[in-house]
Amino acid sequence: MKQFFVFVRKECYHIFRDKRTLLILFGMPLVLIVLFGFAITNEIHHVQIAVLDQSRDSYSQRLVQKMTASRYFTVNRYLSGEKDIEPAFRQGDVKMVMVIPNRFAHDFFHEKKAAIQLLTDASDPNTATTLINYANSMIMQYQQELTGELKLPLTISGEVQMVYNPSLKGVFLFVPGVMTLILMLVSAMMTSITITREKELGTMEILLVSPLKPVMIIAGKVIPYIVLSFLIALIILAMGAWVFAMPVKGSLLLLLLECILFGLTALSLGILISSVTNSQQTAMMISLMGLMLPTILLSGFVFPLESMPKALQVVANAIPAKWFNIILKDVMLKGMGLRQVWMPTLILCGMTVFFLAVSIRKFKIRLS
Amino acid sequence: MQPIIVENIHKSFGDVKALHDISFTIGEGELFGLIGPDGAGKSTLFRILATLLLADEGNAKVNGRDVVKEYRTIRREVGYMPGRFSLYQDLTIEENLNFFATIFNTTVEENYELIKEIYEQIAPFAKRPAGKLSGGMKQKLALCCALVHKPKVLFLDEPTTGVDPVSRKEFWDMLQRLKTKGIPILVSTPYMDEAVLCDRVALIQKGAIMQINTPANIVAGFGMPVWAMKAKNIYRLIHDLRAFKGVLSCYAFGEYLHVTLDTELDDVKAYLAPLGHEALEIKPAAPGIEDAFMQLMQEQNELT
Repeated sequence: MKQFFVFVRKECYHIFRDKRTLLILFGMPLVLIVLFGFAITNEIHHVQIAVLDQSRDSYSQRLVQKMTASRYFTVNRYLSGEKDIEPAFRQGDVKMVMVIPNRFAHDFFHEKKAAIQLLTDASDPNTATTLINYANSMIMQYQQELTGELKLPLTISGEVQMVYNPSLKGVFLFVPGVMTLILMLVSAMMTSITITREKELGTMEILLVSPLKPVMIIAGKVIPYIVLSFLIALIILAMGAWVFAMPVKGSLLLLLLECILFGLTALSLGILISSVTNSQQTAMMISLMGLMLPTILLSGFVFPLESMPKALQVVANAIPAKWFNIILKDVMLKGMGLRQVWMPTLILCGMTVFFLAVSIRKFKIRLS
Repeated sequence: MQPIIVENIHKSFGDVKALHDISFTIGEGELFGLIGPDGAGKSTLFRILATLLLADEGNAKVNGRDVVKEYRTIRREVGYMPGRFSLYQDLTIEENLNFFATIFNTTVEENYELIKEIYEQIAPFAKRPAGKLSGGMKQKLALCCALVHKPKVLFLDEPTTGVDPVSRKEFWDMLQRLKTKGIPILVSTPYMDEAVLCDRVALIQKGAIMQINTPANIVAGFGMPVWAMKAKNIYRLIHDLRAFKGVLSCYAFGEYLHVTLDTELDDVKAYLAPLGHEALEIKPAAPGIEDAFMQLMQEQNELT
């Protein structure tokens, strides 16, 4: 047992003496969370629009006020004619132009039908679609306000309610995503690198010619990283909670246990990688290409899985990150308990056992 | 019981034959040297004996235990120092030593007697990371780490490669002292001058052992006179001598050339005279182990 303790202590020396890696380990979660939380966001927030109001009556003005009262839009300028629309877009800061035609109120009240034209800069299609949706829903609200005054006999109104994330905050999606990404990176890449480093520096040769059992060598190398990845998970959760007011509706204990489970899955993957490679370079490349890319692309973190081709959806089932993402969202946003997330949990457990079994089988007690 | 028994070991890596029919035994408290150039297969043999590689054919016993079946026991009992510096560069001398003592279920204090003389030389730098030590100090530390669990057999793969002459001498003094404690030592080196310090040596080239004997017997077995020659333009002298039929071998040896002949010395003198070498000097030389090795190497090359 003392051997094991000394081995873990040696591993901690390696980690804490390598200041640069340590900085990356703890700096990266902060940077990624801030990046994804603030900068890389597809939320609509004070988007500059231009208005071409040909009607110029109180009703059209109320519509514009309604649009700007929300913090989604800010009127950048009023246009004087259709010929100004193109230049407004060309200057770049205007993302949407609303054209309110002549006799807007008159048409609405007397002909029971008024048209409003929305033009968007679709060079960024996602933003354009979102803008149209926001604007449409605001126009619908405005229409209801007006018809409410008139008491039309029959109307069907669709009431939309966004559950679990009512304000559609992108950060609620990114915090679990970044957590998955970082845990994968720290656990899988770091373990595979640290084990292959022993091989590369030749120290594995001495460790093998010693009474240490292979399981002891692996466990001794991995345990500090379990602690490390757990700490990082805590940092990310804390940042999510304090900076972005990300809720944890479910049990915090369950959430932390799931984090440890996913850490273990990633670690076992890292061990597997290290058992099939001999150089740090290769281990890093395999971790980056073989783990990071699928984790980003196929976990449902950036791109929704539902809209992917069937084949990719099937492939995504083999990605641990996909299941962890489901668990995180279910526990944090929907407040679900173990009874609801037992399936992804079981899948992660299964994957961990499988990876560990394969890597123990593959561990070489000799050099070649 | 012989502590190390090697019988008919063969090992190939793909098409390359690394070891060919290697057999030898090492007795109690014997300092046995494996002498050969880089790529002769010395490290491969060490790894087979240290249970890190499996031989294709043949078997070997360390301390009476089979290197394949009883590898676990052997790993507890041997001290192995790989050819490449293989300690933790970011750990200090102290930490490295304590680490290796603990994983072998012992403490530095328990076996301090064995490493005392070596450790005292590096003790002033105990707090320095191993990566920042000089070559000689690194090897001394590595030897300490290999000795700290009081091994029954010691394997040292090129312990003095890349070490300055003074440290090399100190290192061999230590090996001589260790030998007196009864530990059999298998050591490899590419340096001929170290060969004479061993009890017995095996000359190895291209994966095959050419001769096993005591250094004195190997030199004695060299049955012909050696001439030391030198001239102002030594390069031209080598060239001219090698072109002469009566010259068997001609190698640079320090500032002189060592030359063996199958003709009379006067013939060579007569041959060299018209070539106008300035400051030509010819005198008899005592053959060394290097001459023997060169001759054996040449014979082996002619055979294959």
